[in-house]
Amino acid sequence: MHDPEKWKPIFRKDQALYVQRTSVKLAAAILIDGVIDASWLFIVAVGLTLVFGVLNILNFAHGSLFSVGAYAAASAVGWYYGGDLGPPFLGYLLMLGAAVAVALILGPLLERGVLRFFYRRDEVVLVLVTYALFLILEDATKLIWGAESYYASEPYALLGNVSFFGLSYVGYDFALIGLAVVTGLLLWFSLNRTITGKIVLAVIHDREISRAMGVNVTRVFAFAFTLGIFLAALGGAFTAPKISVQPGIGVTVILLSFAVVVIGGLGSVEGAAIAALFVGFARAAAIHLVPWAELFIVYLVMALVLAFRPEGLFRRMSARKI
Amino acid sequence: MAGIVRTLAAAVIACAALALAGFVTPNWFVLVATLALSKGLVALGIVALMRGGLVSFGQGTFYCAGAYAAGMAMRSFGIGDAALLVALGAIAGLILGIIIAPLLAGYRGIFFATLTLALSMIVYGILNKTYSLGGSDGLNLHAPSFFGYHPARSQNASYALFLFTSLVTVIAAALCRIHFDSVRGLLSHAARDNEIRVEYLGASVRWINGINFVIAAVLGGVGGALSALSLGHIDPDFAFWTTSGEFVFLAILSGYVSVTAVFVAAILLELVRSYSSQYFPNTWQGALGVFLLLIILFLPGGLGSLALRLRPRGAKPARAPAENPNDRAP
Amino acid sequence: MTALLETIGLQKAFGAVIAASDISVAVQRGQTLGLIGNNGAGKTTFINIVTGHLKPDAGRVMLDGKDITGLAPRQVRRDGVSRSFQIPQVFTGLTLDQNLLLALAILRKEGMSSWQPARSDVRTAELDDLLGRFRLRPYREQTIAVLPGGVRKLVDVAMAVTHQPKLLLLDEPTSGVAVEEKFPLMDVIMRAIEGTETTVLFVEHDMDIVGRYADRVLAFSAGRIIADGEPAAVLSNEEVQRYVTGGAA
Repeated sequence: MHDPEKWKPIFRKDQALYVQRTSVKLAAAILIDGVIDASWLFIVAVGLTLVFGVLNILNFAHGSLFSVGAYAAASAVGWYYGGDLGPPFLGYLLMLGAAVAVALILGPLLERGVLRFFYRRDEVVLVLVTYALFLILEDATKLIWGAESYYASEPYALLGNVSFFGLSYVGYDFALIGLAVVTGLLLWFSLNRTITGKIVLAVIHDREISRAMGVNVTRVFAFAFTLGIFLAALGGAFTAPKISVQPGIGVTVILLSFAVVVIGGLGSVEGAAIAALFVGFARAAAIHLVPWAELFIVYLVMALVLAFRPEGLFRRMSARKI
Repeated sequence: MAGIVRTLAAAVIACAALALAGFVTPNWFVLVATLALSKGLVALGIVALMRGGLVSFGQGTFYCAGAYAAGMAMRSFGIGDAALLVALGAIAGLILGIIIAPLLAGYRGIFFATLTLALSMIVYGILNKTYSLGGSDGLNLHAPSFFGYHPARSQNASYALFLFTSLVTVIAAALCRIHFDSVRGLLSHAARDNEIRVEYLGASVRWINGINFVIAAVLGGVGGALSALSLGHIDPDFAFWTTSGEFVFLAILSGYVSVTAVFVAAILLELVRSYSSQYFPNTWQGALGVFLLLIILFLPGGLGSLALRLRPRGAKPARAPAENPNDRAP
Repeated sequence: MTALLETIGLQKAFGAVIAASDISVAVQRGQTLGLIGNNGAGKTTFINIVTGHLKPDAGRVMLDGKDITGLAPRQVRRDGVSRSFQIPQVFTGLTLDQNLLLALAILRKEGMSSWQPARSDVRTAELDDLLGRFRLRPYREQTIAVLPGGVRKLVDVAMAVTHQPKLLLLDEPTSGVAVEEKFPLMDVIMRAIEGTETTVLFVEHDMDIVGRYADRVLAFSAGRIIADGEPAAVLSNEEVQRYVTGGAA
């Protein structure tokens, strides 16, 4: 059955205990929780928006790749800390490695092995294809990792706790913010300042002309898709310590990242950042003030943005409207 | 006119065939078929939308609305008559459809798909937290009566429900077939083909999609009510995205050419599901996924297009507008 | 007598490109106008504004005294202004019959049926007449996708001509057609609408066709109308020769 509790995998309930009912503290709590939430959301959503920008595919399976990244990291962490195999901080490197491994294995497999047969088809066909991939991956993860929950709590505890305003936070969460910022900056830099990045931007703008100019668009596709998967897996790997990794987490993730991508504008990295903050704050506000409306609020924001600015906040492609 | 007469004749034959089939087949099959037919109705609604070029990932909204309308009517107002309950389901779908259509009819492609998905997830979320409607546990329904007839034995009850469902399904299917073959039906097909031309000929694509949306909503509501009676239980899962996804899967599997194909596909799916959940419980979704990929790759027109190919040239041309080999189908 | 079509001071710019600059034209009933001009001169923009596809930045479009500026294309069609397209906009997945059927059915006063089979609409006298006038009978059961460009052009125009539009705008009717087929094509089109009260504006690059079929010619250049008058006069106009035809007509 679909457990409503699974719908809040990211927020740990004990964070709410530390919020006192004064409005300043409440506002600070919402702000900070929002930014923490926005961090992992940004990492995941920017992957989704990149894949859309380059390949014109809205990858429904993106959430499953988050899930695979989380499972892979949880397994790696469990093996590493369980066997007490080395210095504790190396565990982070392992998590990163897990994400890289997922991307290198699944990226080419999915893109060359499945997606490329459907490139000429309708955009909705591609959504159906990625939906099919989602179904397959969900069951594949169940087959590989089983249906029980995995926990990767050691990395979460390694960075201690931080306290201010009478609110207590885990150091790891702030590191997560750092990771998001670094990821965003690296992406922005490589897209705008490196040659490879500019080639990718060119393909985003106009596939045909890029091809005519000699760009190996096929390779750009494979690269962009793998990068997108890496970002999803990265988000999954570094969120794993905060949650219980179980079947079904991919679903929340895909729905939330859809919302972020649509709000921010399909194909826009800056848009994904701003929209992730929007969604993060909205969710945090909902959780603190009207908990039952948590998911509802996200969709409401998305629906409103689509109604008044269909191309999202940063125009790259507009909603097909007549 | 010949087309309509032919459709109605086919409907009568189908009814008789189903009635007979229900009589001779074992009870478990009757139960499976009943549920399959109800779900087929929802998929038929998606087919109506697909003919106009839209795919809805959120028909669960109306499926759920119909189911809860029937459920609440039974529990809060003591209505037990199946026909009345299904009518209420249809009305629930209709009202919801009319409200939402203007909001969504202007969107296409991935935006339409995502918005409908979001809609159904909102409904799911709300129902989960609405404890007066049963929350995540949902509600149970008792067996319905049929125009005053209260079946005594459960075997009679399942057969009665099967007959009733078959009747509703055949009527709905026939009406859809007639509509698809009409000028307005052709216009939907044209809108999918070239929106600009449609507008320049004086018609409104928004209206066309809006009407198809409402049709799909009503079918969803009816299917939901029937499913509720069939399962004896309703819960917010009716609006969950995997439920909506299965309807889409059914629609793709059957294609948008033949109405009968939708129900054949639905029964096939339910049979495979009951077999698979017994022996391969962990791979159901995955199997659906693989199957979906194969269909999109090798049979983009769905099962219905197979039927067209098997028919000799010239026979029964009234079933569909000409199939273009270059047709871009989902 | 009120002009059938009158545009008053139409302005349209796309960023730095001026597509229409103070276009004021009056077209009388029954005239056949040729619109000439090089690429980007503003001819198609003019058609797009008149048919409602584009909203002008300023100015108005009056049809028979009624202001139709900014109305949606389907509304403008219902008011009696129709157009054909440079690249034929037809329903490639449907048969020729079905294409024309829809064109006839959509504007019918009684509206369209939600239940009467479309097939029964196919053998009507109206449709047959249309097919005959445009020499399309041999192709009627075929899917548009398999038909050659010239036939598609005729279908596009035939669809635009249903229900006696007051004004018909043809956007490059003979473009993309082999040279030896241009005249016959234009001939079929003009003969098909002969006898109806339709006023015709057509955009053309082939000056022979313009000379042969137009009573009046408008020459566009860089968003402005630089000449307006009888074909012979306009085509021998110095500015027109410099900016449009590039030499003796």
